[in-house]
Amino acid sequence: MEENGQTIKKFMYMNRKAPYGTIYALESLEVVLIAAAFDQDVSLVFADDGVYQLMKGQNTDEVGMKNFSPTYSALGDYDIKNIYIEKESLDERGLTLEDLQDLKYEDEDDDWAEKDSIHLVSREELAKVIDEQDVVFSF
Amino acid sequence: MSMLHTVNKSPFERNALDSCIRLANVGSAILLTEDGVIAAMKNTNYSKIISDAMAKFKFYVLGPDLKARGLSEENIVDGITVVDYGGFVDLAAEHNTVQSWL
Repeated sequence: MEENGQTIKKFMYMNRKAPYGTIYALESLEVVLIAAAFDQDVSLVFADDGVYQLMKGQNTDEVGMKNFSPTYSALGDYDIKNIYIEKESLDERGLTLEDLQDLKYEDEDDDWAEKDSIHLVSREELAKVIDEQDVVFSF
Repeated sequence: MSMLHTVNKSPFERNALDSCIRLANVGSAILLTEDGVIAAMKNTNYSKIISDAMAKFKFYVLGPDLKARGLSEENIVDGITVVDYGGFVDLAAEHNTVQSWL
């Protein structure tokens, strides 16, 4: 896709690991925030244990690590409007969208109306979205 | 005296806990830490493996690691004991050997 003579690629960040036990979740978030500065079409996927990254109520006081979960709510300000959650991953873990942070963005083409960034998708739907990407980064 | 086994990997990602349950002697204590605490949660595809293994082992889970991940103590499988870091030290002292399943 081209916009103002610039090529816009579809970048997807695939998050499949629980937070804190490994550095993947935090590293992914850092790379996403850097990449967002380059005006590309960025989307995020949370599947498998990656769904735990968005759990509400994370409190890392006792483990002595930085709680980076509040940063996800800033993704909307970085023009990241598509966050895909695989439904089967939630089901396998006894979780629902209620357990996860409610992420929103403001739509500049619709008088800055607040809209949901999160799309709950089936495994089959997710496979199609992945297939449409130009680049997929795995974390 | 029995052995204390610690498991720090999610059961959905690695088979560390499966191996631990398969190889630990009856009467052992199993402490879930770090991403291993995910195995303690109710209503998951793994919960039944834990409930079934309770007949053979005493299960503990590290509270601070649950809290860090936003996982509530209210939602853990019945019969698992939540411990803090002091409790971890007590468990290590009470058992003659500690085996870590990585």
